[in-house]
Amino acid sequence: MSAGAVITGIGVLAPSGTGVKEFWDTTLIGKNMIGPVTRFDASAHQARLAGEIRGFDPAEHLPVRLVRQTDRMTQLALAAADQALADSGVRLETVPAHQRGVVTAVASGGSEFAQNELRKMGGAGGGHLSAYASFAWFPAVNSGQISVRNDLRGPAGALAGDHAAGLDALGQAGRRIRGGARLIVAGGVDAPVCSWAWAAHLSTGLLSTGRDPERAYLPFDAAARGHVLGEGGALMTVEDETAARARGAHTLYGRIAGHASTLDPRPGSGREPGLRRAAALALADAGCRPADVDVVFADAAGTPRADREEAEAITRLFGLRGVPVTAPKAAIGRLSSGGAPVDVVTALLAMRDGRIPATPQVEPVLTYGLDLVTGRSRTASVRTALVLARGHGGFNAALVLRAVD
Amino acid sequence: MSEHHFTIDDLKRILFEGAGADESAALGGDILDTDFENLGYDSLALLETGGRIEREYGITLDDEVLNDNRTPRALVEAVNDNLRRVAGG
Repeated sequence: MSAGAVITGIGVLAPSGTGVKEFWDTTLIGKNMIGPVTRFDASAHQARLAGEIRGFDPAEHLPVRLVRQTDRMTQLALAAADQALADSGVRLETVPAHQRGVVTAVASGGSEFAQNELRKMGGAGGGHLSAYASFAWFPAVNSGQISVRNDLRGPAGALAGDHAAGLDALGQAGRRIRGGARLIVAGGVDAPVCSWAWAAHLSTGLLSTGRDPERAYLPFDAAARGHVLGEGGALMTVEDETAARARGAHTLYGRIAGHASTLDPRPGSGREPGLRRAAALALADAGCRPADVDVVFADAAGTPRADREEAEAITRLFGLRGVPVTAPKAAIGRLSSGGAPVDVVTALLAMRDGRIPATPQVEPVLTYGLDLVTGRSRTASVRTALVLARGHGGFNAALVLRAVD
Repeated sequence: MSEHHFTIDDLKRILFEGAGADESAALGGDILDTDFENLGYDSLALLETGGRIEREYGITLDDEVLNDNRTPRALVEAVNDNLRRVAGG
């Protein structure tokens, strides 16, 4: 990949904070933000914990008319896009409309909106759906609404692949920039804490049934028992580096240096999962050697099998305890298509401040051979970061970020 | 008949319920002859509004009703025409 795509603006809404400062402060402390589900009655389910965003009032961010026609994930995404564009300082009107675009990751779509509309079908309303039901659930709706709100008429896309898609969206943004676009809003935001999405996630059998918020999601720990779902995500302003410098962009958080995605072999084939290959291909795409990597942000699926597989992929590339590894998401849960973009934001802030946030609450299994950052954040020069993500169904993605001189 | 009369206040209420209102949609002033688009209601908002009128008043509005009547005054009259036809027929 060329040196062309740089991240100039960050928007993040996560259980650990809405906005870069609150998010980063909370992440560095490692404060656990997982708690009982409050957004719907989860008492009938075995999985009853979530990482929820508290105190987000969409009407503070969006016109009422837009609030009426959007799912929570879209409301959060529009707010994140606004943050990302404002943070970049770019004046959109200076970028030709057909050279500015948007690429978002999506797990399934606007589940809560769809669920509420479907409820009307059997109720006293006589089977009437809102006109907004025609699109508010739609997998590409976040890209569409961000495009409409910001008049982004250039390349657009919505990528599916569970957690892995969050990295694919940023990789795709890098490719679009290399293909001639000037600015792409990229990342992913999800809101799966509603009864319908819950049912879908429960069916995977991967949700933790733990009741203690501090112990329910423990990736790489001997007590790992699945993951806790969370909501939120991140969007970033990705720009052509030359154009960003020419306009005097105040912060070049980092460069999208390499990306790759792979699929796992058929279950039961006995062949190696695809994660190591995705990481190796992303490093090759960036022109990096493993020794160049200063930190790995792990997918941290939180089941013994997936954790072992990820540890094997990392140690085969970097050697035993060969690179600092961290998973700050242990404090907020896995945010579906929003999770990996949040990891990318964390990696960029780690580069900016020279601090690697810890993986809270976890005591890693020693035989995994990982140098997992636990306890407190670690001071380190971070010039190159590798972010990993895996999705249910065999998706793998890896993204390499490099500091900009 | 009188209970099936559709007024500008009914329309304002249904617009607000279905599509909301914000700084660009000034439902408070004299809006009778202002184009819906200038009031901040796009075709989608009108589709939602039409569906709500149909449900509440038990009528069916053809697509042209929403396409052709571009102001609140025109839409109120069109809905009342429809109501009269239903009552008379």
